[in-house]
Amino acid sequence: MPGALATIADPAARAAFREWLLRAADDELIIGHRHSEWTGFGPDIESDVALSSIAQEEIGHARAFYAQIAADEGGDADALAFSRPLAEYRHGILAERPNGGWERSIVRLVLYERYDAERLRLLGASNQDPVAGLARTLLREERYHALFADAWLTRLSGGSPEGHRRVQTALDAAWPDALGLFERTQADDALAASGLLAAPPDAQRRTWEASVRALLEPMGLVIPSALPGEGGRRGRHTPEFDRLHAEMTEVWRSDPEARW
Amino acid sequence: MNALEEAVWGVLHTVEDPELPITITDLGLVRDVRVDGERISVRLVPTWTGCPALDVIRERVRGALLALPGVREAAVEYTYDQPWTLERLTARGRERLARHGLDVPRRRFAEPPVCPYCGSRDVALDSLFGPTLCRGTYLCRACRNPFERLKPPADP
Repeated sequence: MPGALATIADPAARAAFREWLLRAADDELIIGHRHSEWTGFGPDIESDVALSSIAQEEIGHARAFYAQIAADEGGDADALAFSRPLAEYRHGILAERPNGGWERSIVRLVLYERYDAERLRLLGASNQDPVAGLARTLLREERYHALFADAWLTRLSGGSPEGHRRVQTALDAAWPDALGLFERTQADDALAASGLLAAPPDAQRRTWEASVRALLEPMGLVIPSALPGEGGRRGRHTPEFDRLHAEMTEVWRSDPEARW
Repeated sequence: MNALEEAVWGVLHTVEDPELPITITDLGLVRDVRVDGERISVRLVPTWTGCPALDVIRERVRGALLALPGVREAAVEYTYDQPWTLERLTARGRERLARHGLDVPRRRFAEPPVCPYCGSRDVALDSLFGPTLCRGTYLCRACRNPFERLKPPADP
């Protein structure tokens, strides 16, 4: 089955679209790995199972995006996921941050899921099949992640003053990284010029922020004013990613040719 | 439909989902079948993209097809051009899931859940994330039983 890239004739547009697919795949893989670290450690059994399920879904989504790229370039999803040099990973810094407390994971989930929904809407409205169909499918699956995240955020921020304070602290910490998801590179410019997407990529930043404000501000949370923490989209990651990557790829590296 | 195509559908009707007591045809996973001489291609629609059963199902289908006389090659792939929806479930599939103790929404997730044991609608959501990606857990206030409900990808 041909993948997403074969039908794009212009090499610059093709490279830019590939970069977008890689960002989506890497975001999902890395944040999925972080979510999976809650398995066995969630604050209650339902949340433990929920974060484990969300992890399983995000890694499944990553696999579907990697498979789209691999279909046109040879290789397979596993090789793309596990064998690239660290500087070739394109996920936002937000995804790689260590979990910290539960409120940090919930705040990250809230911010990330809204970002991901905007991205999937853009891809889903493009004419780029089969990615467009995949994006429309994923959008319906991601919806439950956002419902879970919103419910927990409401519970934490509406509880004791201590809970509210901790959510605000988590929001202050995550905000620059969340803005960094929108880091603009040449790929965004090339994609905007190509007309492959229904709207320019930076349109999603405005809709994202409006949607985040509409949720957080009625809870009495203050949107921080901060500069974006960029670098992820260009492959500049934190030392925490080195550790995550070493752990994530340990089994694969022990025998890359193994068939499961 | 030629004899081989009929045999292919016959064998697809026997492949069971590994997580629920239902065949893949009753679950509505089979999008289309193409028979080209001794070569069979089957396209499947996943219920959930991250479902860990996808590889198991693919291998079960491939194995079943290759066991058919007259089949030399079998290609099985997942397609996303049309999403899986509750409408793809057959009546028999719904009945088997209900007998297994699952509440199955008719068309949309947003419909009120119904306790599969006593029929009450006085139920509370326990968790959107149940034992598999496609099931949520609930509590019935009337008969006090916990139960599961089939969770399709969210309503568009």
